[in-house]
Amino acid sequence: MSEPRLEFRDVTKRFPNRNRSAGEAESYVTAVKDVTLSVADGEVVSLIGPSGCGKSTLLNMGSGLDLPSSGDVYVDGERVERPNEHVAFMLQKDLLLPWRSIRENVEFGLEIKQVAPADRRERALELLDKCHLSGFADHYPHQLSGGMRQRAAMARTLAVDPSVLLMDEPFSALDAQTKMVLQQDLGETVSATGKTVLFITHDLIEAVALSDRVLVMSQRPGTIIEEFTVDLPDRSDPMKRRSHPGVAQYVPKLMSLLHIGEAAA
Amino acid sequence: MDTIDKSAAGPHAATTAPSWWTRTCRALMRRETALSIGVLVVFLAAWEWGPALFDIPAYIIPPVSEVFAEFFRMITVDRLFYHVGYTAAEVIVGFALGTLLGMLIGYILGMSPTAEFVLSPYILALQIAPKVAFAPLFVMWFGFTVYPKILVAVLIVFFPIMVNVLGAIRTLDHDLVNLARSFNASRLQLFWKVEFHAAMPPLFAGLRIGSTLAVIGVVVGEMVGGNTGLGYLLVFGSGSANTAMVFVSIILLTLIGILAYVAVVWTERRVLHYIPARGAATGGI
Ligand SMILES: Nc1ncnc2c1ncn2[C@@H]1O[C@H](COP(=O)(O)OP(=O)(O)O)[C@@H](O)[C@H]1O
Ligand SMILES: [Mg+2]
Repeated sequence: MSEPRLEFRDVTKRFPNRNRSAGEAESYVTAVKDVTLSVADGEVVSLIGPSGCGKSTLLNMGSGLDLPSSGDVYVDGERVERPNEHVAFMLQKDLLLPWRSIRENVEFGLEIKQVAPADRRERALELLDKCHLSGFADHYPHQLSGGMRQRAAMARTLAVDPSVLLMDEPFSALDAQTKMVLQQDLGETVSATGKTVLFITHDLIEAVALSDRVLVMSQRPGTIIEEFTVDLPDRSDPMKRRSHPGVAQYVPKLMSLLHIGEAAA
Repeated sequence: MDTIDKSAAGPHAATTAPSWWTRTCRALMRRETALSIGVLVVFLAAWEWGPALFDIPAYIIPPVSEVFAEFFRMITVDRLFYHVGYTAAEVIVGFALGTLLGMLIGYILGMSPTAEFVLSPYILALQIAPKVAFAPLFVMWFGFTVYPKILVAVLIVFFPIMVNVLGAIRTLDHDLVNLARSFNASRLQLFWKVEFHAAMPPLFAGLRIGSTLAVIGVVVGEMVGGNTGLGYLLVFGSGSANTAMVFVSIILLTLIGILAYVAVVWTERRVLHYIPARGAATGGI
């Protein structure tokens, strides 16, 4: 395999313990512990695990917003020490700025990078077109539905042309149908542009439908306890992959790894 | 499925004919407007003939016609509009400076938790202190000039503005800050592109309060010392037992306050145009 695009080497992250008085003796909380993972160029990897296991923490370190307590994160072989232009993230919240039109929101990253107004406008309109929002460039976020807002957030993320996308449960707040539409868009876009993606989700089928590989994390302190390749065709067409009979074999496996059955019992 | 998603927001909703609801609302508003005017007519009539009816002498409550006559007398004899202009100018300058100062300190304290921690007890003390009590002190310092009046207004306007701006920056969604940071935004970019705008809605809430407080600050300043402005006419009228003059001054001061408030609301509508149904939420004012 070629050099990984995104790599975590023995990454551990500790936070000062805010609830120390609540009986916990330790003065810090270990959110993630000894995580080593790598994502190859053009690969889509899903990360699943119980809430509070440190998935978001991992993503923050990947984007350079937060630094590991020990270990290192590399993007294209370069150590990540601060936010860099190769990586962009997208969250469950669309984080659209209410005072900006949709087009201006998409231009946000480009504006910070001081791209010339005409250029960034052109790029924004092009991306809005790709994200099926061409008629909404001059609308304001409050005028759009949740799904459309998340699409606009997607366009904003893609506008800066990152090679690595870090996505933290981007579709988890959407209704089932809108979610499938957006998954389809993501699947198509990622394949067409060859982006590298690390994708956090709680939705087991979503993980199987979208990714080449799935990583499973343990309870806090989060470590990667299982990793498997999704051996199904049509990664660029999640809709089609969903109906593949092979999906059925992965879901029970994930459920048992996440102890979902035991929690319900 | 795409069409389902798009129809949800309905970009065409605004262009459809007024609904039954809006039409009813309009009709209601017309009726309420008529009622409002009716109340004014009744009030003026009561003011004109009520005092005589209850044997209240004109030096306690002058009838409205007398107040009107006094208004025109003051225009010709007392250079009323000169005093009105003076007061209005002080209100505008005091309001503007108080706003700028409140925003400046609010943003600075919002961006620096250390500064907020160090200064907050003193700011709180100053906030609790009755600002109008400073008026005589400022007159001692600056004499019978415009400065004490403006200064009281600045001091009184400052707090609601600062508190609201500070609160807005404190409660800003951290993920929004992270979003800007992930694009490698500088501190200055974070301020101008995110924090500054995020503080606008609370800032305008502060400005609404500030616009009425500015008038109070200036009037108190004028009442304490000097020979210009409506506050001075107020005290002068009171001292010379000219009740009509006092009424005229109060009414004009109220008008200045209303104009300042309306100006803020007008600006707010334009600046915060992106906030849905703002007019409806605030009852049109
Ligand atoms: N800034 C922080 N300070 C202290 N503790 C934190 C901080 N961020 C996250 N944590 C803790 O780290 C753990 C992992 O959090 P997170 O990465 O958000 O989990 P996940 O995204 O998997 O649900 C949680 O227990 C959380 O309380
Ligand atoms: Mg999370």
